[in-house]
Amino acid sequence: MVTVTINHKAYEVEEGSTILDAAASVGIHIPTLCYLKGINEIGACRVCVVELAGKDKLVASCNNRVEEGMVVYTNSPRVREARRGIVELILSQHDCYCSTCVRSGNCGLQRIANDLGILDLPYQRELPVSEWNKRFPLIRDFSKCIKCMRCIQVCDEIQGMHIWDVANTGSRTTVDVTWNRKIEDSDCALCGQCITHCPVGALRERDDTEKAFAALADPDKITVVQIAPSVRAAWGEPFGLSREQATVKRLVAALRKMGFRYIFDTNFAADLTIMEEGSELLEKLGHPEAARFPMFTSCCPGWVRFIKSQYPDMVGNLSSAKSPQQMFGAVAKSYYAELLKVDPKQIYSISVMPCLAKKDECAQKVLNDAGAGQDVDLVLTTREIDRMIRAEHILVSELEEEEFDMPLGVGTGAAVIFGTTGGVMQAALRSAYYLATGENPDPDAFLEVGGMQGWKEANFRIADRTLRVAVVNGLGNARKLMESIRTGRTTYDFVEVMACPGGCAGGGGQPITDGMEFAQIRGEQLYELDKGNTLRFSHENPAVLGAYRDYFEKPLSERSHKLLHTKHKKWECPLSPYLDQDRSNEVY
Amino acid sequence: MSRLEIITPNRAQTTVEKLYRDLERRIIASPPNLCPVDLAASFLKICRAQTCGKCVPCRIGLAQLEHLLEDVLDQKATMETIDLIERTASIIVQSADCAIGYEAADMVLKGVRGFREDYVEHVVTGRCTCSLNQPVPCVALCPAGVDIPGYIALVHAGRYADAVQLIRKDNPFPTACAFVCEHPCEARCRRNMIDASINIRGIKRYAVDHAGKVSAPVCAPATGKQVAVIGAGPGGLSTAYYLSLMGHSVTVYEKQPHLGGMLRYGIPSYRLPRERLWDDIEAILSTGVQVKTGVNVGKDIEISDLTGTYDAVYIAIGAHSDRKIGIPGENSRGVLSAVDMLRAIGNNVKSGFAGKTVVVIGGGNVAMDAARSAVRLGAEKVAIVYRRREEDMTALPEEVQGAANEGCRILCLQAPSRIEATEDGDVAALWVRPQIIGNMDSAGRPKPVDADMEERRIPCDLIVSAIGQSVEYGPFAEYGVPVSRGSIIAQSCARVDNIPNLFAGGDCVSGPATVIKAVAAGKVAAANIDNFLGYHHEITTDVVIPPANMDDRTPCGRVNLTERESDERKNDFDLMESGMTDQEAAQESSRCLRCDHFGYGVFKGGRAYRW
Repeated sequence: MVTVTINHKAYEVEEGSTILDAAASVGIHIPTLCYLKGINEIGACRVCVVELAGKDKLVASCNNRVEEGMVVYTNSPRVREARRGIVELILSQHDCYCSTCVRSGNCGLQRIANDLGILDLPYQRELPVSEWNKRFPLIRDFSKCIKCMRCIQVCDEIQGMHIWDVANTGSRTTVDVTWNRKIEDSDCALCGQCITHCPVGALRERDDTEKAFAALADPDKITVVQIAPSVRAAWGEPFGLSREQATVKRLVAALRKMGFRYIFDTNFAADLTIMEEGSELLEKLGHPEAARFPMFTSCCPGWVRFIKSQYPDMVGNLSSAKSPQQMFGAVAKSYYAELLKVDPKQIYSISVMPCLAKKDECAQKVLNDAGAGQDVDLVLTTREIDRMIRAEHILVSELEEEEFDMPLGVGTGAAVIFGTTGGVMQAALRSAYYLATGENPDPDAFLEVGGMQGWKEANFRIADRTLRVAVVNGLGNARKLMESIRTGRTTYDFVEVMACPGGCAGGGGQPITDGMEFAQIRGEQLYELDKGNTLRFSHENPAVLGAYRDYFEKPLSERSHKLLHTKHKKWECPLSPYLDQDRSNEVY
Repeated sequence: MSRLEIITPNRAQTTVEKLYRDLERRIIASPPNLCPVDLAASFLKICRAQTCGKCVPCRIGLAQLEHLLEDVLDQKATMETIDLIERTASIIVQSADCAIGYEAADMVLKGVRGFREDYVEHVVTGRCTCSLNQPVPCVALCPAGVDIPGYIALVHAGRYADAVQLIRKDNPFPTACAFVCEHPCEARCRRNMIDASINIRGIKRYAVDHAGKVSAPVCAPATGKQVAVIGAGPGGLSTAYYLSLMGHSVTVYEKQPHLGGMLRYGIPSYRLPRERLWDDIEAILSTGVQVKTGVNVGKDIEISDLTGTYDAVYIAIGAHSDRKIGIPGENSRGVLSAVDMLRAIGNNVKSGFAGKTVVVIGGGNVAMDAARSAVRLGAEKVAIVYRRREEDMTALPEEVQGAANEGCRILCLQAPSRIEATEDGDVAALWVRPQIIGNMDSAGRPKPVDADMEERRIPCDLIVSAIGQSVEYGPFAEYGVPVSRGSIIAQSCARVDNIPNLFAGGDCVSGPATVIKAVAAGKVAAANIDNFLGYHHEITTDVVIPPANMDDRTPCGRVNLTERESDERKNDFDLMESGMTDQEAAQESSRCLRCDHFGYGVFKGGRAYRW
């Protein structure tokens, strides 16, 4: 501990802590803008400057450390004047039409400007402009970017993708796609972590809400919507709902109020995925000579884009099973259309996802196996569905819970944990164990592959063999895993990868609370839902069993192959510009 | 009004004069890799302010040029804009009345031709081709990427051994470099923006003088791989050191009886004492590096024996051969090359100069070393003959000044024309042709041309030529190593084409360069040989660098190192330069701006913790 004086009062604070953290530890709040703990501590915005007694220059509190005897003023007249001037300067180059901004009300810059009571600007407005492909799922607005550099840091340090970098030098410095590429030509995995870490509205998903409203208003379209597992753990956050209140059943009620015709659960398709993927794994294990190991999960389209762009020679290791979203889409326009006795072309299939990459996945040309256009017509992120609820002026806190429609509204506990890291693996192991031995294991037997660690591994005894598995979340960790596998340092049979830290719970399409990482708490909520479910095994999902009985016959049947599996090599994705470079050094 | 008055500058004018000096220093400290178009536009803005306003091309033309450049930067330009810039600049160059106009436009013209691809990139992609990769100027300019802010902070904290450890992560020659590094790191030191660059080499000298014996790190477990290094100079020994730390078994073959290469055989001991060089070499050898001295690879042992026996071989033979002057009489007795002279001194042969009149030909550091060594060997008179002006010499100015202070005559603008010999074939005199400095060459260096003056005779007993070195690659070329223009050809990763396990680097590839460049090449070779052998060893250190202090940066002069008085030092080969005092080291190390922490460094790293 060291003694420092902050705003005329002496405190004992942690030695080696930043001035910002030290002040916070004694209840003194210093505003920040670019700062993101552990990720972006670069003192770029200068909003967090403080005065040190006896020094002429103000210092950034976010990345300078306390020293014994230091005398700090966090709000002296000099600090207040500088901080205000700095925010005015940032605003002079920021598109301040807040009323048309996706982050209005949830914007770090708006908040600090309001807090400081800035009512007019003494500076000339000069908004940087640059072209952007508005059809791409990820949209960047140059006139809103405040060059905090968080997106670069997240993409470099956490995801290891190096999609963003500083572009240009001098006063025209901005952030843009590396190698002077256009975003659509880049190997961006569309994890969306840059969006969820942007303090302002410079980065967002392509807004597809108007398309959704148009579909709802179209009398010739039968809207079928699916809700992804992790959406239920996050959708209520922007409405200030408690986690107990923000149930999926309340979300179902909101969607029904908005006019969605059939409201289903992606969990159904997750269980179906386990049946297909688990059977595929067992088949591969039974015929190892014809298979490539490890087998990788294929649920996460960010990860699928990653492997296609970074390690194209290993695409053959992906499970051929489609992701739950795409299985659902194919089922909706085949089996379910039959159940409804309607022309599948009438069905407009929408999914609500925590994810941007899902927007790219559903648009892959080959994913039209039901023969009625794209199997999934439209993907909305959690944020978009929240915006639609707002646009409909629905008071979610006053909604009564409602049930999913049937039969595709049935999901097991194994399916709901698809939304968090380790969940797919656990669900798969529960059913693989059953399929191999004819007995159910303890559903919590595989818990050790859960949790927020970036790279987990375990060996499990199933029937007469030991299965070596690994679970990875975050693309930086995915690269470490891949390099390790490629250099022969590790050997696995089955590997789950999710592109976002913490898995879909921390997905790039989830609601944003600046400075907070909710992946863990949302994930824990999903585990609670699993525990509370009377069904804990995908192979016991009655709706899935019904679908096999009435339509698909059995896992890996001919029809399953046609509708529920894909040929990954036919997907389109630009390659990494680093393909011919040895990147193994980067990760050891 | 009086008829005449003494003009004293007013306050505005003196302030502007001061700002000019600030700007000059600021330009010196300009970071590498800035957008050239943006810089061109910024320079143009200064030029605009300089125009007197009389003439159209300058008054209006420069303003319009600036608008056009701004259009390029603001993504408002087309390819035609670039052509219009070129045309307008060309018109101003041709038609402006004075240099304020035509030189300003010429800067734009040089740019639009010299970095046209960047103009095009701006037009096509709206972005620049440049980006700041290494944000810390000193680290960026150090060929070996030594963590300079880190070790300066350690010196300031009194942690000298840690400073040496930290330097050794990137450069196993901290002591040699503390004495003789050409310190490219200081060139663009951001401290120039305030006062003057940090005396980085001086601080390193203080560190090695106060660190005591610092052990080398522990080697990685043995890999069983064998590597041969040919040449025990700074490059070869650097490679050997790092490969040894990585767990490989390394044997260094050296032609000379002693280790150190040019550090021993090129640099006189008054600049780098032998025992101090040994500090570095001892640490390198302590990692288990084997040495075989007195073995001439290609003669005593076949190259194919090495490539056949060892898993990898690194050629680091340097450039130890002289270049011919190419004038009549060159073969007279008493004409010798600086490399031969310095090599003999390196082998402790110090005879033959006492009482002699010596002429050294050349203007580089080697010429100064030869001249000053001749003084120390008891030469009666020493003259340095150079074709161009003193300011054109490639030697460091302090070296030239040092030689002059020790009594060497500096004879500039004298081109050697022939050597006069006695009937016995001994040197009698050097004839030189006086020169006048002439037009600039394409690199911006003025060319000497013959002056309208008579040839001049400089009587002398010995002539030392120091006009460059060459590579003795004969046996290697015969073995199949590709060579071109006097050097061995190797890839930027040090690999030699056609021969899978052969690598090369340092002076023998680049031509004569500096110690730190040889070290850098050694690092590159070590990393890539390690990879070639199938490993991914990392070189790192656990030294923790002190946090940056938050003191205000008050302008303060730079501490320069002093030398023993010339009258005293010229009589011996003892160390010439004095290190900083404790007080000086404390002050100088506190001047560091910690660009690794403040500014871009904290964002883009600026610190490679491992390689």
